[in-house]
Amino acid sequence: MASLELNGVRKSFGATPVLDDISLVLDAREFVAFLGPSGSGKSTLLRIIAGLETADAGEVWLEGRRIDSLPPGERGVAMVFQHYALYPHMTVRENMAFGLRNARVPADEIERRIGDAARVLEMDQLLDRKPGQLSGGQRQRVAIGRAIVKQPKLFLLDEPLSNLDAALRLRTRVELAQLKQKVEAAVIMVTHDQAEAMTLADRIVVINDRTIQQVGPPMEIYDRPANVFVAQFVGSPAMTLIPAQLTENDSERARLKLGDGAEVETAVPRAGLRAGGELRLGLRPESVRVVAASDSMTKAKVELVERLGERTLVYARLANDQAIIAEDEGNSRVRIGDEVGLKIDGSAAYLFGPDGTGHHRLES
Amino acid sequence: MNRGRDWRGLLFVAPFLSLYSLILIFPLFRGAWLSLNQVDLFGDGHFVGTGNYIRLVHDPIFGRSLINTFKVTLMIVPVLTLIALLLALALNRAGKGAAVLRGIFFSSAVLSVTIVTLIWRFVLAPDAGLLGELWKSLGWEPLAFLSAPNLVLPAIAITTIWWSVGLPMLLFLAGLQQIPEDMYEAAALDRATRWTTFWRITLPSLTRTVILVVMLQTAAQLQLFGQAQLLTAGGPSGASRTAVLFLFETAFGRWELGYASAAAEVLFLIILAVTLTQYWATGRAKGAVGGR
Repeated sequence: MASLELNGVRKSFGATPVLDDISLVLDAREFVAFLGPSGSGKSTLLRIIAGLETADAGEVWLEGRRIDSLPPGERGVAMVFQHYALYPHMTVRENMAFGLRNARVPADEIERRIGDAARVLEMDQLLDRKPGQLSGGQRQRVAIGRAIVKQPKLFLLDEPLSNLDAALRLRTRVELAQLKQKVEAAVIMVTHDQAEAMTLADRIVVINDRTIQQVGPPMEIYDRPANVFVAQFVGSPAMTLIPAQLTENDSERARLKLGDGAEVETAVPRAGLRAGGELRLGLRPESVRVVAASDSMTKAKVELVERLGERTLVYARLANDQAIIAEDEGNSRVRIGDEVGLKIDGSAAYLFGPDGTGHHRLES
Repeated sequence: MNRGRDWRGLLFVAPFLSLYSLILIFPLFRGAWLSLNQVDLFGDGHFVGTGNYIRLVHDPIFGRSLINTFKVTLMIVPVLTLIALLLALALNRAGKGAAVLRGIFFSSAVLSVTIVTLIWRFVLAPDAGLLGELWKSLGWEPLAFLSAPNLVLPAIAITTIWWSVGLPMLLFLAGLQQIPEDMYEAAALDRATRWTTFWRITLPSLTRTVILVVMLQTAAQLQLFGQAQLLTAGGPSGASRTAVLFLFETAFGRWELGYASAAAEVLFLIILAVTLTQYWATGRAKGAVGGR
């Protein structure tokens, strides 16, 4: 059975529309990430599902029951807030018991559930402390624990990792991934961090500009972005987009001429592309290599070198002033101001039409 | 070198320190010294040791004024705190209506005690006052608020509550706005009813504000003076004489400065003791509340 189902959800704040005709179906026990920049409407969508905002139109169904007219507490969802929203004057145990008491769960059952959750989250020794006595990571775990004990049909996580420092964020990410295996419910996580979305989610829902841009498993989002926005939002550093012209030839694959004269043969079928249209070639750094001049397809002047250890990112400009990001080995000797040769792997290149829609290469 | 720097530092705080000493420290010690002397406004007086204090202990008028002070404080503080809290809860929302009402409820606080007592004379006077007319229209005998011994303290309490409700209301509003919205959202997801939300979320979050309001108001009302002086002059027959009114009459009516100073010292110690007790209670409450 489908877990959550959204049908034509719309929302405006005053005259400002924030969500436009959102429809989506989640599978049972699926972990879905709502990924998008600030202001894209992703948090509003989460709050509509939770019942903290009301949609102007549309339906929300959870496991076959329509929930959009129910108060938040009766929807069968639990939420982990961005700032945790723990009750500061209650102990961890009371924080977790509060919702269950209100739902009139028997006391021994409450104790059992808290005990279970504390074991899963390894926080038995924290149960009698108050939130003020906990570290950020511990509060995060309490917030998750408070959601788990409710045994909801759907977990809603609002930017769950954004308040943690880098090291803790990585650890909590692993914990969330493990948690996903342990709970019998679907999970929606709102995030603006594509790495979180990629590593945790079964499917990513990319939201921007009030609408869903693309829904798919992480690698599909990465490999076959539906449009320019998705292509540039997912992947770090962002994909380089270079205006290009389709060249006349009789190959089945589209061959493109860049502004500086270099030609790139892509793996995208030529059929369906109009000659002369304004196309854009999308290049991730890993498909542009710094090579010796003799091997190069084009040349570029280096503006910035970013050494990441296992690889080096080279920010450069082509002869026609087009910015491009290339990759080199970790021990690269490239320096700012150098002129380097670049080799573009056309088979890994992306192609976007005049309206920004992605044209995809054939599955190999 | 080091010493020279110290002195220069002192120079910067000297203007404040000298003013502070002149208008606060000096009168404090001068008052304490006066309380050990028998002094009138003319001449130096003479040292009597604890004489004034012993006289105070045996002075039924002073004793009664202290009891009146406690009574009126007990009448005012809990009711005032409750009304201020209820007003804050009702007016803690956006919108013009609430803003206007907040202004109206606060406006009484800017009036001087003279105006306040004048207004309440018109309300409380039995023959032509507002309450008197109301009583009459209901067919009842008007109550003589300002001349019946058992009604004057409540009358002063009501006047004071009306006058003082603005500031505590503002403090509660500030406290309410400090409660993060997501806590209420979490409570909504936790199926908390409005009642549960108030008792388990709102009120515990306001603990510090409640304590602050109670402390400030207790210290203020133990020094209640103007209302009693202007509404009833302590009457009828001392039924509304408060401690400060007693020492005002002693000092500036009977010119017994030493004796009045002793009364002032006693009142000072009482207020100090009450405040410290409440401060101690605050510390315990803080420990119990903890951070977010």
